[in-house]
Amino acid sequence: MDFEYFTQLFFGGLTRGSIYALIALGYTMVYGIIELINFAHGEIYMIGAFTGLIISSVLTMMGMPTLAVIILAGMAAIIYSCAYGYTMEKIAYKPLRNAPRLSALISAIGMSLFLQNYVLLAQTSDFLPFPSLVPEFKFWEPYSHILTTPELMILSTTVFVMILLTFLIKFTKIGKAMRATSQDKIMASLLGINVDQVISATFVVGSATAAIGGILIASHIGQINFYMGFIAGIKAFVAAVLGGIGSIPGAVLGSFVLGWTESFFTGYISSDYEDVFAFIFLVVILIFRPSGILGRSQTQKV
Amino acid sequence: MTAKHEIRKSIIASIWFMFLTFPIMVIKVNTVTNTIEWRWYNMALVGIGIFFLSMLWRYLLKKKEEGGKKEKKAGLSLIQRLLQEKQFALPGMVIIAVITIIFPHIFSMYQTNIMISALIFVMLGLGLNIVIGLAGLLVLGYAAFFAVGAYAYALLNLHYGVGFWIALPIGGILAALFGILLGYPVLRLRGDYLAIVTLGFGEIIRLVLENWNEFSFGPSGIKNIPKPGFFGIELSMQATTIYIFYIVVLLVVFTIFVINRLKNSRIGRAWTALKDDEIASQAMGIDKAKTKLRAFALGSTWAGMAGVVFAAKTTFINPASFTLWESVIILCTVVLGGMGSIAGVIAGALLLILLPEYMRDFGEFRMITFGAVLILMMIFRPGGMIEDVRKTYKFEK
Amino acid sequence: MSVRHISLRSDNMKPILEVKNMTMDFGGLRAIDSVDLSIEKGQIVALIGPNGAGKTTFFNCITGIYTPTSGDIYISPNGESDKQERINGLKPNIVTRKGLARTFQNIRLFTSMTVLENVMIGCHAVTKVGIMGAIFRGIKTKTEERFIVEKSYSILEKIGLAKYVDELAVNLPYGAQRRLEIARALATNPFLLLLDEPAAGMNPQETMELDELILRIRNTEGISILLIEHDMKLVMSLSEKIYVVDYGRKIAEGTPEEIRHNSVVIKAYLGEEIGEECDA
Repeated sequence: MDFEYFTQLFFGGLTRGSIYALIALGYTMVYGIIELINFAHGEIYMIGAFTGLIISSVLTMMGMPTLAVIILAGMAAIIYSCAYGYTMEKIAYKPLRNAPRLSALISAIGMSLFLQNYVLLAQTSDFLPFPSLVPEFKFWEPYSHILTTPELMILSTTVFVMILLTFLIKFTKIGKAMRATSQDKIMASLLGINVDQVISATFVVGSATAAIGGILIASHIGQINFYMGFIAGIKAFVAAVLGGIGSIPGAVLGSFVLGWTESFFTGYISSDYEDVFAFIFLVVILIFRPSGILGRSQTQKV
Repeated sequence: MTAKHEIRKSIIASIWFMFLTFPIMVIKVNTVTNTIEWRWYNMALVGIGIFFLSMLWRYLLKKKEEGGKKEKKAGLSLIQRLLQEKQFALPGMVIIAVITIIFPHIFSMYQTNIMISALIFVMLGLGLNIVIGLAGLLVLGYAAFFAVGAYAYALLNLHYGVGFWIALPIGGILAALFGILLGYPVLRLRGDYLAIVTLGFGEIIRLVLENWNEFSFGPSGIKNIPKPGFFGIELSMQATTIYIFYIVVLLVVFTIFVINRLKNSRIGRAWTALKDDEIASQAMGIDKAKTKLRAFALGSTWAGMAGVVFAAKTTFINPASFTLWESVIILCTVVLGGMGSIAGVIAGALLLILLPEYMRDFGEFRMITFGAVLILMMIFRPGGMIEDVRKTYKFEK
Repeated sequence: MSVRHISLRSDNMKPILEVKNMTMDFGGLRAIDSVDLSIEKGQIVALIGPNGAGKTTFFNCITGIYTPTSGDIYISPNGESDKQERINGLKPNIVTRKGLARTFQNIRLFTSMTVLENVMIGCHAVTKVGIMGAIFRGIKTKTEERFIVEKSYSILEKIGLAKYVDELAVNLPYGAQRRLEIARALATNPFLLLLDEPAAGMNPQETMELDELILRIRNTEGISILLIEHDMKLVMSLSEKIYVVDYGRKIAEGTPEEIRHNSVVIKAYLGEEIGEECDA
C-alpha cells in the first residue's frame, strides 16, 4: 500500500471532518436544547460564506492589506451568520415552541428553502470564485504535499474553536445555563434562567461556528453557490447523528468518522457515489444505533 | 401610547433587517470585471417593507394568541360547511364533474397539458397526505417513489415492451415495495429522524439514477416512452392528450374514493391514534409497525402510479424531474391545503401548480414563496386552507 | 365487607396472572427486584408503595412496554391450569389482545379525538378489518363498524360518560378523563384491568364514584383488577389482597387487615400516616 497516498487521504478526511464538525456543532447544540433539527442550519453556513466573499471583495477593491481583509471579512461573516441565526429562531421557531414537532420541522424546511432562494435571487445562481484567503507558509513547505496549508489552517482553526467552545460551555455562566436548559427547560426557567435568551444564544453560537466552517471551506474549495449549504448541512447532520445528536463531543467524533470514511471510500473505491455514501451511512446508523456513538438511548417515559 | 410603542418596534425591526440584508441585498460583486454594484434601493425596499410587515406580524401573532385561548372546535369555515351540507355538496359535485368532462374540449391542448400536470400533483399530494396527514409521518423523499413508478414504466417498456395499463399497477406495487423496504427499518425512528432518512433515501435514488448509466441511462434519461394505448387504435396528438386527461381524472377520483374510505375506517382511526399517542395506541392493541407500514406502502403506491402517468404524459424522463424540490413542492401542497383534508390537498395542489404556470413573471419567486408559505402556514394556520373535519359517528340511543 | 369481597377460588384453578421472580434493571439501577405476584379470577388486587417504588415500572413490564430482565409472567384468562401462557417480551399490542388492558398514570387520551372515538380505538384489538375491507366496505366491514360504534356507546353509558359522546376528549373534566381511560381499556375486552392511580387528582365525590365503578366492573363483567393507588381509603375498601413494594422489592402481601397492621409497611410509609388514614 502506498503510504503517502494513505496519509493524504487520512489528512483529507481529517480536514473534511473538521468542516463537518464546525457545522455539526450547531445542529447538535440546537437539538440538545429545543429538540429541533434545524434544517436551515446549512443555509447559515452558506450565508457566512457569501458574506465573507462579498465583504472581502469590497475591502480588497478598496485597497486594504490582505491581513486586514481576512480579519474583517471573517468577522463580518461571523457577525452576519449570528444575526441570521438569531433572527431565524425568532421568526420561524419561537412561535412554534409549543406546537407539535412536525410543525417546527416543516417550518425549518421552509426557512431553508427561503434562505437559499433569497441568496439566489439577491445574488446569483452561478458559482462564484472565492479567493484563497490563506497564504502559503514558508516553514510548512516540506510537508505541504501531505497536508496543504489551507488544510493545516482548517485543522488548527477547528481545534481552536473546539477549545473555545468547550471553555464556553463548561465554565461560563451562559454555558451552564445552556446545559441546565438542555436537561430540563421548565426547571431551568423556575431557577431564574431566561430560557428564551439561552435558546437565542445557542443559535448564535452554532451560527458562529458554521460561519467559520463556511469561510474555511469556501477558501479551500475556491468557489461557492447558494446551494452549498444543503449538502454540507445534510452531511453535518449525519455526523451529528452518528456521534449521538445532542452531544458535543459526539458531533466532533462523528464528523471525523464521516470525514475519514468518505475520504477513504472515494480514495480507494469510487468517487461517483460520494454523496450516496453519506446517506447510506445515515440510514444504517439510524437503524442499528439510533442513539449514535456517544449518545444516550432515550426511553420514553410512560 | 401603544401606537407609538408599535411604531418604535417596527422601526427597530426595519433597521435590524436593513442591517441584516445589507451585504446580500445591497452589494453585488462582479468578480470578473472587479466592480461592485451598490443597490441601495433594495435597502430602502427592505426598510419600508419590514416596517409594515413587522406590524402585520405582531398583529397576527397577537390574534393567534387570543384565538388559542378559545375552546377548540370553534366554527367551521364557509368551505367546510359547504362541503358538509348535502344540498350544496351534491350540485357542487355535479358542476365540478361537468366542468371536468368538458374541460379538454373547450380549452386548448396547452391548457389541458398544464391541467394534467396539476392533476398528477393532486394525486401525489393525496398520496403523501395518507402518510403525513393521516398517519403523521413526515416523509421528505416522496419524489423517490414517484421516480420508481416513472422509471418502472420507462424501463419495462424499453426492455420488454410493457404497455401503460400493465405498467400502472406494476409501478404502484413496485413503489409500495420500495416503501416497505425503506419503511420497515426506519419506522421505529422518531418523526424528525424519519424525515431526514427519507430525504436521504430520495437523494440516494436520484443519485443512483444519475450515475448508473447502464441501468437508467444517467442524466440523459429515457426518451420515446409511449403514451397510453387505446385498444390498439392510433390516436391523434390531441386525442391522446384528452385521453390522458381523462385517465388522470379517473385516477384522481379513484384516489379520493380510496382515501375517503380509509380515513373513516378502523385503519384510519388507528393512524390518527398513533399520531396522537404511540404508547397509548399500542396499549389499545394497535400494531405500531404494521399500521405505519401500511400508510407508508399506500402512500408510495400512489406516488408510483403517478410516476407511471407522468412518464406516459411527458414521454421523456430523467433524474432532474425527481429532485428534492419535487418532494418539497408536494409537501407544500399538503401543508398549504390542510394535512388530512382531501378537499384541502386538492385545492393546494391546483393552486401551487397552476398559479406559477399562469403567472410567468412570478416564476422566479416561486421557491422563495413556497418557503415562506411553509413557515407562515405552520405558525398561523397549521390546519391548512381547508381544515380537515373528521366524521362524527352516528349511533342509536 | 363480605358483600364486597367475593372469592371465586377453587383448588384446581391457576391464577389468571402469575408473576414469578420478576426483575427489571435499567443500566445499573434495579427498578424491580425479584417480585412475585398472583391474581385469582375475579379478584381486586392492589399494588401500593411509596413514590418511586417501581409500581408503574411493574405495570410497564407486565403490559409489554418494557421487557423484564429476568423472571416470568404467566397469564391464564379463565384460570384453567392447562392454558397458562408466558407473556414476557411480547409487544404491548399483543399483550392487550391477550386480554390485559391498562390505564395510564399521566392520562394518555387521544387528544384530537372525541370521547366516542377514543373508546372506538379500544375496539381495535377485537376487530379486524384491513385495508381491502376498508376500501371496499362490504357487508362485513359495515357490520363491524356498526358493532364498534354500538359497543363503544354502550360502554360509555355503563361508565356514565354517555353525555359527553361527541366532545373532544381533552375538553372533559379531569375525573371524567380518568374514567374515559377505563372505558377505553374496557373496549379491548380484557380479563384483567390494570389501573395506574385511577383516583389521582380526583375529589372525594369522584373517588367514591370510582370505587363504585371499579366494583361494578368486577361484579357485572367478571373482570379482575390490579390497581396502583395512593388513596388508602380506596385501596382498603376495594382490594381483597394488597402487595406492598418499596425500592423495587416486595415488602409485604396480605389482606387489607394484615397490611394495615404490618410494621414493615408502616415503616416504609414513614410513620403512622397509613394507620391513621385507615382508621379514619
